[in-house]
This record gives sequence, C-alpha cells and structure tokens, in this order.
Amino acid sequence: MFEGRVAIVTGGTRGIGAAITEMLAKSGAHVAAGYSKGKEPAEACVARLKAEGASVSCHQGRVDDFNDCQRVVDEVLERFGRVDYLVNNAGITVDKTLRKMSNDDWHNVLNVNLSGAFHMTKAVLEHMIERGSGRIVNISSVIGETGNIGQANYSASKAGLFGFTKSAALELANKGITANVVAPGFIATEMVKAVPEAALAKVIEKIPQRRLGEPSEVARVVKFLLEDGSSYITGAVYTVNGGLDM
Amino acid sequence: MDATSTFGHSATLRSLAGRVAIVTGGSRGIGGAISRSLAADGAIVAVVGVAPDRERTAELRASLNGSAKLVHFYEADVADYPQCEAAVRNVIADHGRVDILVNNAGITKDHTIRKMTVDEWKAVLDVNLSGPFFMMKAVLEHMIERKYGRIVNISSVVGHTGNFGQSNYAAAKAGLLGLTKTVALETARAGITVNAVAPGFTATEMVKLMPQAAIDIAKSRTPQDRLGEPDEIGRVVRFLIDEGSSFITGATYDVNGGMFM
Repeated sequence: MFEGRVAIVTGGTRGIGAAITEMLAKSGAHVAAGYSKGKEPAEACVARLKAEGASVSCHQGRVDDFNDCQRVVDEVLERFGRVDYLVNNAGITVDKTLRKMSNDDWHNVLNVNLSGAFHMTKAVLEHMIERGSGRIVNISSVIGETGNIGQANYSASKAGLFGFTKSAALELANKGITANVVAPGFIATEMVKAVPEAALAKVIEKIPQRRLGEPSEVARVVKFLLEDGSSYITGAVYTVNGGLDM
Repeated sequence: MDATSTFGHSATLRSLAGRVAIVTGGSRGIGGAISRSLAADGAIVAVVGVAPDRERTAELRASLNGSAKLVHFYEADVADYPQCEAAVRNVIADHGRVDILVNNAGITKDHTIRKMTVDEWKAVLDVNLSGPFFMMKAVLEHMIERKYGRIVNISSVVGHTGNFGQSNYAAAKAGLLGLTKTVALETARAGITVNAVAPGFTATEMVKLMPQAAIDIAKSRTPQDRLGEPDEIGRVVRFLIDEGSSFITGATYDVNGGMFM
C-alpha cells in the first residue's frame, strides 16, 4: 500500500515511534527513523526490522535544533529522493510540579515536543508543497486534553500541537497536504513503564478499559491517517486512549 | 485474515466474515457507503430503515457483486423504541448475533428558530438522537452477554459548530457526542467500544436537497473547497468497527476537509 513511499518518523526507534516505524515499513514504505541519543539501540532496531524484510534507515539528530532537522531531511531526500509522510513523534518528559519546575525544565520539553514538530514540518514543507502531496501526523497525548499533575510542560507542549496542527491544516488544505493529530492515552512503553508500580496501578484504575494500550494500537491510527483514502481528514484529533479523556 | 504482528495485534484491518452489522439508514448516502464497505469485507449487513428504504436497499444490493447476498432489510422507524427492539430481535433470530451497530439514520427539517415549529424540533431529535439511544438500548444486553460490540454513531461537523437553520439538527448531532461518551464509559469493561464519526458536508441526497447557495457556502467554508464523498466517511467507520480498534472508545473522529471548530 505504501510501496515506493518514504516516511520520516522522529523518535522512531523506540516506544510508539518504533511501532509506527515497523507498521509503515511492513506496509511497504521506506522509513527514515530519527533518534537523538542511543545510537546502538537505534541501529539494533533498524537491523531487526531489516531482517524481517522491511526497508528502514536511522538518522541521528535533535528535533529541538532546526539545523539538525534540515540536515536530516536533506539526508533523506538525498538518499531516498522523496518524503511522503512526516510523523512528529519524538517527545520527552521532565515531570515536576510547577513549584519545583525550573525554566530549563519548561523550555526543554517545549523545545522538543512542540518546537520539534514545527522545525521538522518547516524542513519538509517546501518539498511536499512542490510535489503537491504530503501527510503530516503529530503525536500528541491524552494529557494535552486533560492536563496532569506534574506535567505542566508536557501537557502544554501536547496541547500546543492541537493549535499548531489545525493552523498547518488550514494553510495546506489546498496544497494536497493533510495535517492531523493522534492523541494516545497511556501506552505500554518505556516512558510509561518507568512510572512506579503503585502509581501505575492508580493510573490504570482511571482508564475505563482498565488496561494500557499497545504501541501498535497507536501505530494503526497513524497508518490510517497516512493512507491515500484519508485525504478528506485534516485538522482532526484522533484519540486512542481506552476511554481516558471522558 | 492477516497474521498477528510481533506486537500482538494485527497490523491491518481484519476480515469481517462471520460478523453481523446493523446499519440504520444504510440503504443510501453515507449509510449506503458504510453498508458497502462492511459487506465488501464479509459482514452480514442488516439495513434498518423505513418503508421507502426497502426499495433502496434492493437497489443497493443490485449495485453490489458478490457481497449482495450479505445485505438484508429490516423495516423499523428508529424513533419508536418497540420497533427498534423488534428489528434487533429479528436480526438475531435470522443471523444469530449482532457484533456491530452503526447509528447512521438521520433527517433534516431546516428552519431558523423563529420559523421552526415544535414538531420540526421534535421530529429531528426523535430520529437523530433518540433513535441512536433506542437502538443502543436494544442491542446492548446481547453485546454485553457476548462481551463484544462495536458501535459507531454518525454525528456531524454541525454538532461542533452549529449551522444557520439547523438548531434541531445541530442539537441532535451535538447531543449524540455526549450520548456516545456516556455509553462508552458504561460499557468500557464489557469489550464494547462506542465512538462517533463527525462528517463535514458530504455529497449525498441530504446535502443535495439544500439550496445551491447553501451548498456553495458549505464548500467555501471547507478549506479543501470540496464536499466529502460517502466512501470517505465509510472508511472511517470501517476502521473504528475493526477488531483491532479496541482501544478506541468515546472518541469523535472528524472527517471534514478542514472545516472544524
């Protein structure tokens, strides 16, 4: 279905990003998976997927640095000739209550989670506009809808993606490009498993379906939005959260 | 049937063979596209409609190839609870089960509030909001017993934004979102998902009935400058009712060419 197409997935070698990379690659796309630290795990991820027949490359860069974003996009265009899909998935947490949150804690999370999406979108945009087609999916979070104690920075960055994505969608509506948000709930990844067990149990109790989601359950929503038949979907927020945002 | 990925869930949509779906108003328009999509993937589709829909369902069947035999018609006015109950009973008697319910049947009776009669208000609320409540009530015991269900309620962009001349329709479509979330909460631990799809202006008879000037305004308010196609709505419904979509519940999936709040 995605044969001949090229996707960039930031933070694409771990967690939800790795599941997105795997699903798109197994649907026939070449996936350029970005990572910032952890070169060995990134290369291991690529090697594993290649062994399963998928076409994947990994690219080091920091999405909070626009020059890195442009460099990686240029790399991908140079090596693979095109970019059809951009999935802004890279995200970090630095959880503190407001009273303890430093300016750096605030800015670091905003710079990666929100500015990173802006930087990467800007870096691919002229190419997508020239080709008259493209799909952008930004990975937000249920926390962007509801807020969360200790996550003023994270929730602001994730909520910010709603406004950013709608603006992009409006600007690109007549250029054959869609921009949408996927907002996952609590998903079984390293980021969530790092939460202490008692706290995690409390989290799960709040989820109407009483379970965490699987990364692949998020990946299939992303994949759906990237499909050719989804061209009328733009500026939308597609949640996948076991009922958590009600 | 697709193989299970290493993450434990199928990577793509799964076959609907063996599943039974009820689609209210499923003989034409968005409902017709939904019926086609589900039948194409092997589901038995029970179209629930009023008397004129019987003929329309026959036409729908005639337009399908192999999947025509999967489509059946059950007459019921969804604004009447006993008729909803009877239709569901008959579907289960004939086909053994109900896995999927798509509350798509809807009507318009447009007037500004100053000109809208109380009857016009009530008629639209009865079909577009009470209908989904009645149909969900009618299938829920069965779905809970089987610990499996997929319910999709067709709302509208107008439920988010309102629309000139549609106070009844907008109220019903917005109300459907609260109804969807509530039933989703109440059934979250029973293997049932309940979601809404909110289409923008879609190229169906309902929209074509609007005055041309209103259609032109609708298009100009759509950033993509076009109406949606029924199939574009149908595929979102198809995605949500898939077995693999089990973590999605209480959601509203918009498909509106950029015409959002």
